[in-house]
Amino acid sequence: MITKKRYERPVIKKLESNMPNKFGMRTEYEPVMHIEGAAVKDLIAKYGSPLFVISERRIRKTFQTAKQAFETRYPRVQFAWSYKTNYLNAVCNVFHQEGAWAEVVSGFEYDKAIQNGVPGANIIFNGPDKSEQDLRKAVTNGSLIHIDHLDELYMLQEIAKSTKQRPKVAIRVNMDTGVYPVWDRFGFNFENGQAWDALNKIMFSGTMDLVGLHTHIGTFMLSPNAYAVAASKLTNLAQRLQQKYDHEIKYIDMGGGFASRNTLKGAYLPGVDTNPTIDEFAEAITSALINSDFRPKNPPLLILETGRALIDDAAWLLGSVIANKRLSDGRRSTILDIGVNILFTAFWYAHKITPAQKFTSYTEDTVLYGPLCMNIDVIRDNITLPLLNKGDQVVVHHVGAYNMTQWMQFITLRPKVVMIDMDGKVHVIRNNESLENLLELEVVPSHLSTFEL
Amino acid sequence: MNLKNNIAVSDSGFVFNPASGESFSVNPIGLEMLNLLRQGLSQEEIVTSIEKDFQAEKINIERDFNDFIDMMKQYHLMQNEDE
Repeated sequence: MITKKRYERPVIKKLESNMPNKFGMRTEYEPVMHIEGAAVKDLIAKYGSPLFVISERRIRKTFQTAKQAFETRYPRVQFAWSYKTNYLNAVCNVFHQEGAWAEVVSGFEYDKAIQNGVPGANIIFNGPDKSEQDLRKAVTNGSLIHIDHLDELYMLQEIAKSTKQRPKVAIRVNMDTGVYPVWDRFGFNFENGQAWDALNKIMFSGTMDLVGLHTHIGTFMLSPNAYAVAASKLTNLAQRLQQKYDHEIKYIDMGGGFASRNTLKGAYLPGVDTNPTIDEFAEAITSALINSDFRPKNPPLLILETGRALIDDAAWLLGSVIANKRLSDGRRSTILDIGVNILFTAFWYAHKITPAQKFTSYTEDTVLYGPLCMNIDVIRDNITLPLLNKGDQVVVHHVGAYNMTQWMQFITLRPKVVMIDMDGKVHVIRNNESLENLLELEVVPSHLSTFEL
Repeated sequence: MNLKNNIAVSDSGFVFNPASGESFSVNPIGLEMLNLLRQGLSQEEIVTSIEKDFQAEKINIERDFNDFIDMMKQYHLMQNEDE
C-alpha cells in the first residue's frame, strides 16, 4: 500500500532583507499540545471550544513565589486577593487557602467574599462606589474600609454616629510617582495636600479608627521604582501622623498593578523577557519602607493587592480555527472562535498564541480575527503563525486576569471554565451559558408576546 | 494560467524574479504546485496530481491552490492573460 505524504497548504513568502517588519520575530517553535498534563484536543472534545483552563498548581506556585519575595525582605506581609481580577469562587478560594484576604471594590464583590467564608475583618473594601448599605455592613463586620472621597468620609461619620460603632478606615492616596498617567481619579492627592487634609479630618472626627494608608499607583507597571516613590510618600504621611497625633497606623497597603508575563501592544520585545519580576517590585517596596525615616514601635503590616501578576500566567484560553481568508492586500487572515467578548485583554496585549498541533517551519504573517460580526473583533493585528487549517486548535497564553470578569455576553455565549487540580483532575468551575440562562432575566410585556409576519 | 518564463525556481523552494530582484520561499506543497504549473498542467490536473500523492481532500486542495495562485499574482509572478 502506498502511503500518501502529509499535506500542508501551499504558501509563498517574500524574503525581506531590510528592517524587521511589524510582524516581528517568530517566537513559536513548539506546539502546546498539553496543559498541566491534559491534552488540549481532549479538553476541547469534552468541554467544547473555546474553553478557559486554569491551573491550580500554577496559581499556588505563583502565589508562594510572590509571598516569599516579600516575606524574605520585610517582616510582616499580607496578601489580599483582588476579586475584580478573577472572582470565580474556585479561584478566590485557592488564594484564600494560601492565606490571602479578600480585596473587593463593590457591594457585589463584598457579598461574594462573605459567601466564600472570608471573615469580615479580613476584607478590604476599596473603590469609589460603596453605598450606605454596603458601608453599614462593612462597619458591622469590622472590615477595612479604604475611603475614596470626602462624601464617603462624611457618610462613614454619620454611620459611626448612628450605630455607635467605630469604622476601621484607611484613605486611598494618589500621587505622582514619575510614571504617566498619574492615577489621580481615585482617592486623595498627596502633592496638593488633599490626603493630609483627609487624614486630619478623620483624626479630628474622633469617630473612626484610622488603621492604614493605601495607594494603588497604576496597572501593568513596568517601573518598580515608581513603587519605591509611592512607599516613601505613604511613610511620610505615617510619620506625620505619628508626630502630630502620636498615632501609629497598623498597615501600609501598596495595592497592586505589578506586570504579568504578557506583552503590551507596541512593545518591541516579549514581556516574558522584559517585564520586571515580582522580586524587583518587592525589593523596591520593602527597601523604601525599611529605609524611610518612619520608625514605628511595630513595623506596619505590608498589604499587597496584586491580582494580575498572581493569576494571569495560570490560565489559558483554548480555541479553534473557523476559517482562513485572504485580505485585499494579500495578508493571511484567520478566524478563530475566540472573540474579544471573552478575550477582553486582546485590546491591550499582544497575546502569545500557540498552535496545539504539530507544524512545519513554514509560516505566514497573519491577522487573527474573532468570530463576532464586528470590526473591532481582532485578537492579534500582526502575528507570524504556522499554516493553520480549519478545525486546528490554538492556545492563548496568560489570560487569567480580567478576562473571566470583564468578559461579556455579546453575540456568542460565554464558554466553560475548567480548573486542573493538583492531581491533574479537571473540574468545571463555571458552566457555559445557555439561551435559557439569559432568557430567565428577560420579561416581554403581554402586548409584545405575539406577532404575525 | 502560466508562471512568468523568467522566474527561477530551485529544488529547495527558493523562487527568484530577475525582473524585480525579489526572492521568495515556498513550502514543499507550493514547490510541487509550481513545478506542475511549469509543466503546463491545468488547475484540474494539478489538483488531481496533488490528491494522488498527499493526504488531503480535493476540495481543500482546490481552495488552497486558488489562494496560492492569488498570492503568485499579487507578487507579479504569473503571466497576464494577454501575455
